[in-house]
Amino acid sequence: MASRRAFLTAGVGASLALALGGGIYRATRPAPAQEPFALDGEARAALDAIVPVMLEGALRAGAANAAARAVVIGDVHRAILGLPLATQKEVQDLFGLLAIAPARRVLTGVTGPWSGASPAAIHIFLQDWRTSPFGALRAGYAALHDLILGAWYAAPASWGAIGYPGPPLAAAP
Amino acid sequence: MNMPLSDPVALGLARGWDVIDGAMLAADRTLDADVVIVGSGAGGGVTAEIMALSGLKVIIVEEGALKSSRDFKMREADAYPALYQESAARKTRDKAINILQGRTVGGSTTINWTSSFRTPASTLAFWRQRHGLDTYHDAALAPWFDLMEQRLGVADWHAPPNENNDLLRRGAAHLGIATGTIRRNVRGCWNLGYCGMGCPTNAKQSMLVTTIPSALDHGATLLTRVRAERLAIQGDRVQHVLCHALGSDGINPTGKTIVLRARHFVIAGGAINSPALLLRSSAPDPNYLLGRRTFLHPTLVSAGLFAQRVDGYAGAPQSVYSDHFLTRAPIDGPVGFMLEAPPIHPVLLATTLAGFGAAHAETMREFAHVHGLLALLRDGFHPDSTGGSVTVRDGAPALDYPFHASLWDGARRALLAMAEIQFAAGARSVQPAHEMAGPYTSWAQAKKGIAELEYRVHITRIVSAHVMGGCMMAGDPERGVVDPDGRYHALANLSVHDGAIFPTSIGANPQLSIYAIVARMASTLAASLTGRPAARPVAEA
Repeated sequence: MASRRAFLTAGVGASLALALGGGIYRATRPAPAQEPFALDGEARAALDAIVPVMLEGALRAGAANAAARAVVIGDVHRAILGLPLATQKEVQDLFGLLAIAPARRVLTGVTGPWSGASPAAIHIFLQDWRTSPFGALRAGYAALHDLILGAWYAAPASWGAIGYPGPPLAAAP
Repeated sequence: MNMPLSDPVALGLARGWDVIDGAMLAADRTLDADVVIVGSGAGGGVTAEIMALSGLKVIIVEEGALKSSRDFKMREADAYPALYQESAARKTRDKAINILQGRTVGGSTTINWTSSFRTPASTLAFWRQRHGLDTYHDAALAPWFDLMEQRLGVADWHAPPNENNDLLRRGAAHLGIATGTIRRNVRGCWNLGYCGMGCPTNAKQSMLVTTIPSALDHGATLLTRVRAERLAIQGDRVQHVLCHALGSDGINPTGKTIVLRARHFVIAGGAINSPALLLRSSAPDPNYLLGRRTFLHPTLVSAGLFAQRVDGYAGAPQSVYSDHFLTRAPIDGPVGFMLEAPPIHPVLLATTLAGFGAAHAETMREFAHVHGLLALLRDGFHPDSTGGSVTVRDGAPALDYPFHASLWDGARRALLAMAEIQFAAGARSVQPAHEMAGPYTSWAQAKKGIAELEYRVHITRIVSAHVMGGCMMAGDPERGVVDPDGRYHALANLSVHDGAIFPTSIGANPQLSIYAIVARMASTLAASLTGRPAARPVAEA
């Protein structure tokens, strides 16, 4: 598949591009480096496209999907804002990379804007990053994995489907 | 249903405890004490109580907030951001190892799983032989273990283990592998299973409900949401600690500062933050040992799926262990590991399980049938196992933790041992926490598959809840950051009293090792500061 080859030929530049992507993204933003994480534009579009693929089989299809997706994105955003500022900057770099078109094409194989990316293409990108020879991409996958799946299963609305009854009521004040 | 629970923190505040919340601080402050203690976890808590009971004026500095049973709602979404370092997502610099560490009053003792082990005799013997710690004999330490076990209610756990722990016992028994019962620091435990989110019933005898309240009742001052930034050092003495107040989010400094002056300073911020504070302060380090030999008990995870419900979220989280694989070879031979069962909660499981999408969702739907096993690698004994190193980047601690062939060898053997036990206990399938593994449906398949796996960071899931070393003690000043009493070799009025002093990992959950060893250090220090024998802490009747 073309997108997979494009990714694989990224070669040794991948980690460098990851660093550069974040740097460029930061440079194009007016905010200083210690500013809290911001989720807007293509970065938000990337997350909006990745969430249903990461949560396939958990997120219900249909009209409820868009609303549930918005809740997950809000929860992911909140979780990131709870991290130390230095870590928020690293996550900002990751989303910066996903937001910049050339970096997105080379490193994820997703050819057009995120809003038009097919679930199949995103699936391939996540699989590639998950077992990539480059530690920075594996770490990027792990961050998306933990942020999205963590936000989803933290929500009481997700517990019924997995048979978790929630905390015992006896001790609740 | 709503049985009123007394909250010792709320009661203490009503009694007039001297607690200063950094987020509420309207102006810069300077405070004086006999002893300033940085950190309120296992090391800081024990030190604070002994110093305060001995008549010394104590100030305790804690970066996290003061939360207590009225705040503990048994929900991961609340507990991780409020009570853990970096929202329970603290990581090594390469993001390969996720580290669970507390960041609240009581430190990790507020959120740990209550497992209480005395320091293994084999570990102490290694310390005497290799690190010149001649005073670390079982007989010399036994009274300190006795003292702290009485103080903190450490006792055998008589309730039957939950199914998650009993599967470890049954699977191991089938294979002729011995298991034991884990002792716990609880009084009147309700057997709920939510220790990791802060004990909602105050049964866990963490520092939050024992030593810190006792110190505050004896005139100590507690600063919360205050970060110790650097020590001001002049000659061979620490002059003061400069602290920054944090806002109500616990993250952003407010710009207000607090200067703490004292006769003696005790660093007890845990084994990542303590060396980082000393490095930020340019503390003398003539042998380049600060931050070196940091140990994590790198931990491998295996999930077994069972036909019956396991309900790993319910009941005492850790009650069965096996040290079988710590005793198969010499302590400095192939890396050994401890086996335990972790509590299974939705976020903990979802983030630890490899993969995503439909396959991940399918395993999550079996949530109530998942059995978890942990293998804690005993690092710091094999000649190649020199641990990680803490450095400071933009003022924040960074931990590098290279994985040598000896650790990967241990990881592979650990995944094999856990899968074999899970199948012996009747698992339908086993899914090691590894991006390329399983699920396996038989031991034969798992044995072949796990042996052939690729072992690399990120691909193999590694976690940790135990941070040790980085300010190692040694008899010889050229080989240690602190002496066997915890006194900083190069500075006259500075001590380190936490897991950072250990020259290796412990080979078991470290809380009780910290309590007992620090109790001895703090008692020696209190006696030297007062000229009288130190007071002995006792539990309230």
